[in-house]
Amino acid sequence: MLEYTEKVMDHFRNPRNVGELENPDGVGRVGNPKCGDLMEMQIKVKDESIKDIKFRTFGCGAAVATSSIITEMAMGKTIEEASNITRNDVADELGGLPPVKMHCSNLAADALHAAIEDYHLRNNGKDKNETTAL
Amino acid sequence: MDHIYMDYGSASPVDQRVIEAMHGHSGKLVGNPFSVHSGGRLARHLLEEARNKVSSLIAAEDGGKIIFTSGATEANNLALIGTALRGREKGNRIIISAIEHISVINAAKSLAKQGFEIVTIPVDDDGLLNTDLLQRSINDKTILVSIMHANGEIGTVQPIWEIGAITRDKGVPLHVDATAAAGNITINADIYKIDLLTISSNDLYGPQGAGALYVGPKVKIQPVILGGGQQNGLRSGAENLAGIVGFGKACEIAQSEMFNESAWLQGLRDELIEGVLNNIDRAYLTGSRYKRLPNHASFRFDYIEGESIILSLDMEGILASTGSACSSKTLEPSHVLLALGLSHEQAHGSLVLRLGRWSTRADVDAVLEVLPPIIKRLRAMSPLVPRMGAQHAGVY
Repeated sequence: MLEYTEKVMDHFRNPRNVGELENPDGVGRVGNPKCGDLMEMQIKVKDESIKDIKFRTFGCGAAVATSSIITEMAMGKTIEEASNITRNDVADELGGLPPVKMHCSNLAADALHAAIEDYHLRNNGKDKNETTAL
Repeated sequence: MDHIYMDYGSASPVDQRVIEAMHGHSGKLVGNPFSVHSGGRLARHLLEEARNKVSSLIAAEDGGKIIFTSGATEANNLALIGTALRGREKGNRIIISAIEHISVINAAKSLAKQGFEIVTIPVDDDGLLNTDLLQRSINDKTILVSIMHANGEIGTVQPIWEIGAITRDKGVPLHVDATAAAGNITINADIYKIDLLTISSNDLYGPQGAGALYVGPKVKIQPVILGGGQQNGLRSGAENLAGIVGFGKACEIAQSEMFNESAWLQGLRDELIEGVLNNIDRAYLTGSRYKRLPNHASFRFDYIEGESIILSLDMEGILASTGSACSSKTLEPSHVLLALGLSHEQAHGSLVLRLGRWSTRADVDAVLEVLPPIIKRLRAMSPLVPRMGAQHAGVY
């Protein structure tokens, strides 16, 4: 078995913000086809800040822990701040990950960025509609 | 023990009687069996005693040799590489199954790079070898067939007697990796027509770092470890005497207690298998239901991943293992589970529970109590659970 930090185990044991949001403003789904992990991140945005965030993950302890901790890191942050959270930030916040897991299961930042991208896409669409309506 | 141990396949506790047998000789175990003095004589005597015990457990043919090794990996390497080097004049084809232990597969891969032709025989979705295909794959260039007796990951037991009849008829040596089988089911090298057989001490509750390759009287191999010519020149290096004494004792205990122990474990195993399959939705047995090691239960669960199951069980004090990619060094799913025809995703959700000498009904009950909520909790977290079934996932 790989060595996980106490913080990884804490987030694995008690993952924060698991589940789905009602009418999310952005949804990101990423997967690693090689090792098979799959992660889904949903965000609710208000005034360009992340008001709520939830995740669902199929994967190992590291996959669950990175998803969980990034929801804490992103909650309340502006969209721009959240976009700047990197894979390394997530791993650092957990006190490190086993090297083999760094690329395989450390997908949470990608999932968050995908959710933000989805939010931008939807939002741009809405803006256009509104402009047309005017 | 603080923990509920369900991982007897990865490592086994050493039997107290084995420890005592090893202790009984401590202080006397100084002799090198090669030495002429009385210390050497005692060491030789102890070695021979252990050899006889190993031979007896596997019903070695008269004239066969027991070569002590550092464990099953070395024995498997010696069987394949030693046979290949010795037999390269006769031919270059070596036949293995798709679910062999990695020490057989990687030895075969290394031989493939040296010009040997490796033929891999597939298994069906129960993990059983296609013996017809095996028979048809043997040609006059074939110098070895290597098939495991039982698989440690899925528990499936191969029809070795049937395979031995085929290989003996064709005049091709048969190597059997009996690491997971020894001490759990009857092995008869003589009657099953096995020419080379791997056995490991720790799988029999003996010390780690000891094992053996049985070499039957009809085959010859070339040594891989060279040096002072110990063990008939087939495995140089001073013998691991303490380990071998313990290994011998472990074989002796296995031989006298296997019948009762296996019957008892099989009952527990069946309770475990039925309990899991009846109480957890979308849970499946991996490997054969009936052609199966008596102490072996292995499963896969839809929508969730094995390492998460292992970590969750560990939190409840239960130690088990998985074939999930996430828990392997290479991040590849187990080749055994893929050989059964499972997808990567399916192979991901694997759980292996191996019972052993100290397993109790309370252990099984504990697993049956904590596993369903663990599976439920992980499924509640999984994006793979169908949306319509989001509430459904509660019906584990």
